[in-house]
Amino acid sequence: MQTQDLLRTPLFALHVELGAKMVPFAGYEMPVQYPTGVLTEHLHTRAHCGLFDVSHMGQAVIEGGARVPALESLVPGDIAALGDGRIRYTLFTNEQGGILDDLMVTNAGDHLFLVVNAACKAQDFALMEAGFKGRDAALRILDGRALLALQGPEAAAVMARLAPEAAAMGFMSWRKMDVADIPCFVSRSGYTGEDGYEISVPDDAAETLARRLLAQPEVSPIGLGARDSLRLEAGLCLYGSDLDTATTPIEAGLLWTISKRRREEGGFPGADIVRRQIAEGPSRRRVGIRPDGKAPARAHTPILDANGRTIGEITSGGFGPSVDGPVAMGYVETAFAQPDTAIDLLIRGTARPARVAALPFVAHRYNKA
Amino acid sequence: MSTLYFSKEHEWISVDGAIGTIGITDYAQQALGDIVFVELPEVGTALVKGGDAAVVESVKAASDVYAPVSGAVVEINETLVDQPALVNESPEGAAWFLKIELSDKGELAELMDRAAYDAFVASLEE
Repeated sequence: MQTQDLLRTPLFALHVELGAKMVPFAGYEMPVQYPTGVLTEHLHTRAHCGLFDVSHMGQAVIEGGARVPALESLVPGDIAALGDGRIRYTLFTNEQGGILDDLMVTNAGDHLFLVVNAACKAQDFALMEAGFKGRDAALRILDGRALLALQGPEAAAVMARLAPEAAAMGFMSWRKMDVADIPCFVSRSGYTGEDGYEISVPDDAAETLARRLLAQPEVSPIGLGARDSLRLEAGLCLYGSDLDTATTPIEAGLLWTISKRRREEGGFPGADIVRRQIAEGPSRRRVGIRPDGKAPARAHTPILDANGRTIGEITSGGFGPSVDGPVAMGYVETAFAQPDTAIDLLIRGTARPARVAALPFVAHRYNKA
Repeated sequence: MSTLYFSKEHEWISVDGAIGTIGITDYAQQALGDIVFVELPEVGTALVKGGDAAVVESVKAASDVYAPVSGAVVEINETLVDQPALVNESPEGAAWFLKIELSDKGELAELMDRAAYDAFVASLEE
């Protein structure tokens, strides 16, 4: 893709001013790292607080009296059970039970608020528009809003200064409030394993808000490189790598996203296959993997048993700065999915020992209050 | 007295008699970012000009280090295995990768000197 075809977020000029290395990502020109580099950015987020531009992600609302059953016809998540101002992680599935995208859904009172992946947003919006036909549910795409993620153990102290209401929010809750006198949608959520917030802000105020946040002593700008290593250490899936149309929620270890009612009632695409996998167990499962040595195992690295037979593949892998060693996720045949199972990874033609590991690699530190 | 040469793949080789010390350039380490893993060949390995000599990995990706000339590995810098970040700190000094005994010094003629390499890097950054 040529640079001139790439989209830019409202923070593009700020990224360049901060010295970011800009790369193409999901059709956008995004900061992969700032001059301090991925390692420093990653560790800063775990110790203090990082600001991420995630404006490339898709934001939309669903309005109408049938919005909940309309969305439930496309996702296995229990949207009906979602309390006012609460957020839930769920998935769009296909008729084979494969995953079309993962998303966050908020019950915003008289409507639902959605955040979907950048690379999937056009497809997701089309899926909903088609799926809502004939129902009292209407999708409205919020293409005039940026999205900032403020992540890390000091995020709450930063927000307490700029939006006192935000400090008392529990994890996976959402409300409208002013942040630095700018009207925003604030959720206490994120994708790093740390406490933090995601702030939806009108495009024309995004840079002002970002500068106010960066002016706080705890806050540094963080690029996509560290975003990826943070979410990998937290055991969180990256759509397109760890989740795809040929992977079911059960294989991916995402049964927890499907409530008892949705398991019993079905009513989402691929429900029969998903329910059969719940009853019988899937033939392969997503697992964490710790290489014994120092060599990182990247995506698509074959996973072998002791006899050299291929039993799976790495889907995300690299160096975990907080773990201070290589970490990976991948899929293995169910017989090999127990933590501590010895496996081999075929890296540059050499089988290297590794072990299946429990996820996450770094404990989540969400605000449960 | 050693002489320094550079490859278009951003390796350097410092040649003293029949022995060449090989590493990656400051431009290379900057482009790679934080280096977290270095894999070196065993002593005695025969390297072929342009072939794989070592592997260097940053947080994001793995990259091959190519042999700028042919020869047998006579020494490796084990320090890099334990301290890969040294490549970011001192790429053209303490973080040398390996030493080889050159099998054909004539191959050096295809490499660049410092001035030519600096001009080459400048052309990449335009």
